[in-house]
Amino acid sequence: MKINLKAFLGLLLLVPLIASAGNQAYKPVTDSRLDKPEAENWLSYRGNYAGWGYSDLKQINTKNVKNLKLAWAYSTGMTEGHQSPPMVNNGYMYITTPNNQVIAFEAKTGKELWRYKKTIPEALSQLHPTNRGLALYGDKLYLATTDANLVALDAVTGKVLWTKPVVDWKKGYYMTLAPLAAKGKIMLGSSGGEYGIRGFVAAFDAETGDEVWKTYTIPAPNEPGGDTWPGDTYKTGGGSVWITGSYDRDTNLAYWGVGNAGPWMPDTRAGDNLYANSVLALNVDTGKLEGYHQYHQNDAWDWDEVSAPLLIDVERKGKKIKSLVHAGRNGYLWLLERTKGPINFVDAWPYVTQNVFKSIDPVTGRPTYDPAHTPGTGKTVNFCPSLWGGKDWAPEAYNPQTGLIYIPANNNLCSELTGEPTKYKSGELFIGVAIENILTNVRMTEKSKQSVGEVQAWDVNTGKKVWTHTYPQMNWGPLLTTAGNLVFGGGTNDRLFHAFDATTGKLVWEFPAPSGITGVPSTYEIDGEQYIAVQSGWGVDAERMQGAFNAVLDEKTVVPQGGTLMVFKLEK
Amino acid sequence: MKVQIEQNDCSCESQCNLSRRNALKLTTGVVLGLAAGLSPILKAEEQGEQSSPAAGDFLADAYAEGAPVALCLNDIKVGAKPIVAYPFNPKTGVLKDDTRLNKILLLRVDAKQISQDFQKNSADGVLAYSGVCTHKGCDITTYDAANDEIVCFCHFSKFQPTSGGEVLGGPATRNLPILPIKLDNETLVVAGTFLSRPGTTS
Repeated sequence: MKINLKAFLGLLLLVPLIASAGNQAYKPVTDSRLDKPEAENWLSYRGNYAGWGYSDLKQINTKNVKNLKLAWAYSTGMTEGHQSPPMVNNGYMYITTPNNQVIAFEAKTGKELWRYKKTIPEALSQLHPTNRGLALYGDKLYLATTDANLVALDAVTGKVLWTKPVVDWKKGYYMTLAPLAAKGKIMLGSSGGEYGIRGFVAAFDAETGDEVWKTYTIPAPNEPGGDTWPGDTYKTGGGSVWITGSYDRDTNLAYWGVGNAGPWMPDTRAGDNLYANSVLALNVDTGKLEGYHQYHQNDAWDWDEVSAPLLIDVERKGKKIKSLVHAGRNGYLWLLERTKGPINFVDAWPYVTQNVFKSIDPVTGRPTYDPAHTPGTGKTVNFCPSLWGGKDWAPEAYNPQTGLIYIPANNNLCSELTGEPTKYKSGELFIGVAIENILTNVRMTEKSKQSVGEVQAWDVNTGKKVWTHTYPQMNWGPLLTTAGNLVFGGGTNDRLFHAFDATTGKLVWEFPAPSGITGVPSTYEIDGEQYIAVQSGWGVDAERMQGAFNAVLDEKTVVPQGGTLMVFKLEK
Repeated sequence: MKVQIEQNDCSCESQCNLSRRNALKLTTGVVLGLAAGLSPILKAEEQGEQSSPAAGDFLADAYAEGAPVALCLNDIKVGAKPIVAYPFNPKTGVLKDDTRLNKILLLRVDAKQISQDFQKNSADGVLAYSGVCTHKGCDITTYDAANDEIVCFCHFSKFQPTSGGEVLGGPATRNLPILPIKLDNETLVVAGTFLSRPGTTS
């Protein structure tokens, strides 16, 4: 018999790849699976298209969570903010780390399968040295990088399939978000609002990486909304897209949060400055803007509306609403109605101390401002919440079992800023507030000296807060909630990873991690065992807030850096 | 073609005044442009020069418009906000701003504060450091004179300028690279290359 040696060797090479994650072949990720993922997997940034951060798994529950123990851990060797959720697809786990790296594991044992490291340009400046995860789609993985590239990897081997430059990083563009995958497209957006960029959301063909559409978050003068920017200010108007959009398959609309207008002082760009500080509804096929809601106009506080809204069906005063829920950086909890296009205002109320909004229009949701708390060029004002807002990027979670939305909040904290003239120079910071001022912006109140960080639980049907857990200092902990009636989150400078009773808010478990936790937790199940996974690795804005605290408080806190992936399961 | 720059006379107090010099820059640029038949602002990459600070380079305010004008000793005040500069070749007028790794932070302290090991790299209390943080490559523009700390806005890395850019705190693990400088009359002149590599560690 004649043997084709090349083919035989090729087959041999394939064997370990197929067998590498517990002898399971890689299961392609489809739109249906992303929309309604199996409970045993965690396929996207927030676990589903609706952005819930929720799992139906319930083996780990309020009664036995005290027996949760470390199953395995892995040191990434990287410093700075480890923020991506461990993503799991039938036995394969993926994390991303700062400096644009991807590590694949056998999810049950922690065995490393492969590691991808992107070469970083020597002159790259990383204001946000982090990455918030991958898109899993088909048999590929997609990584958006801080040097503004989109990279496609083979999910089994880690082989680079293609690398596409998205935009010029030398002009201040960078990406930290997990892309959104749907209908054969990989969607992403760019950060850089502090460098005078013009933000956008763009879609790329999942197979080829070719750009399909690009929609600017800041319109040109001849486009709808363009008249809200004077002169050429739209060209440097900011409007970063920091975080993965949520997606409604029924209407084919993806919802994206948009960052602050730039530079920071509102008098430099008189007008509403659409669509900064907004949520956008974009048609996934075309990128066409079908609807929007601007949470607040002519931003003056660096209140990026970072997070995409959660898609939740609520019943409000007897009326069923397909809603968008968003805990705003501006300190208000927003309840909006999504439709086949336009976004309608329903209600909004403060969930943290807020001294800027004097009123909210009951029909449009448009706020009016107190000028005494509105910064401007040559003007010094104090305002609350601080420039990091009531909630920054760390995602909230929704549990359909309890009907509650959980918010990782920072309350009672204020800032003081003085605006100063600034001039645009490509690739340079374009803020309009002295760096020395930003470094020391925090203003403590008597309340914030007692507590700042909170985990809040709200019933969005009634608009009532159900419980609050307070921390002495900040909370930068993304949340996970499960059918085991649990809420998990880190975020505190004492390095603890916490679990709460989702119904009552009772603290039911804690674990001291090697570093502070700002990673998105996830959960999955293999061979009948449920796992909870999260990365510890303090850095980026949590580190920055700690520095600002240290600048004004007598007590100085240093949180150790260094990334560790931790995976927990119940002790047998 | 050799290009001659109108050298700034740093011995003249009035000419060293930054505000007045800003008005002079355009004039200088025009002279350069006419002499060389080139754009008034010359780039290292356009001239095929090696683009890194070298001995003999002058220093120019990175944010000033027009042709580069040499910074003088009196432009840098003790305890004042640092000046971000780029080096330029005084013979050609070529500004070496084609990479941000050439950004230089100029600040001035009481010369007696500078540790003995680094006196030789300073000029009458003026110190020159890389303007790019060794942690994640952010621009550094802040000097906290009260605590003798250069502070990075991005992630609060802190460096001590009077001790050779030693790390004082924050996530950086590598000193801020120092650039030796000296005085030629009152003009600040680069005296060598960076003593360590500018840019990020990882």
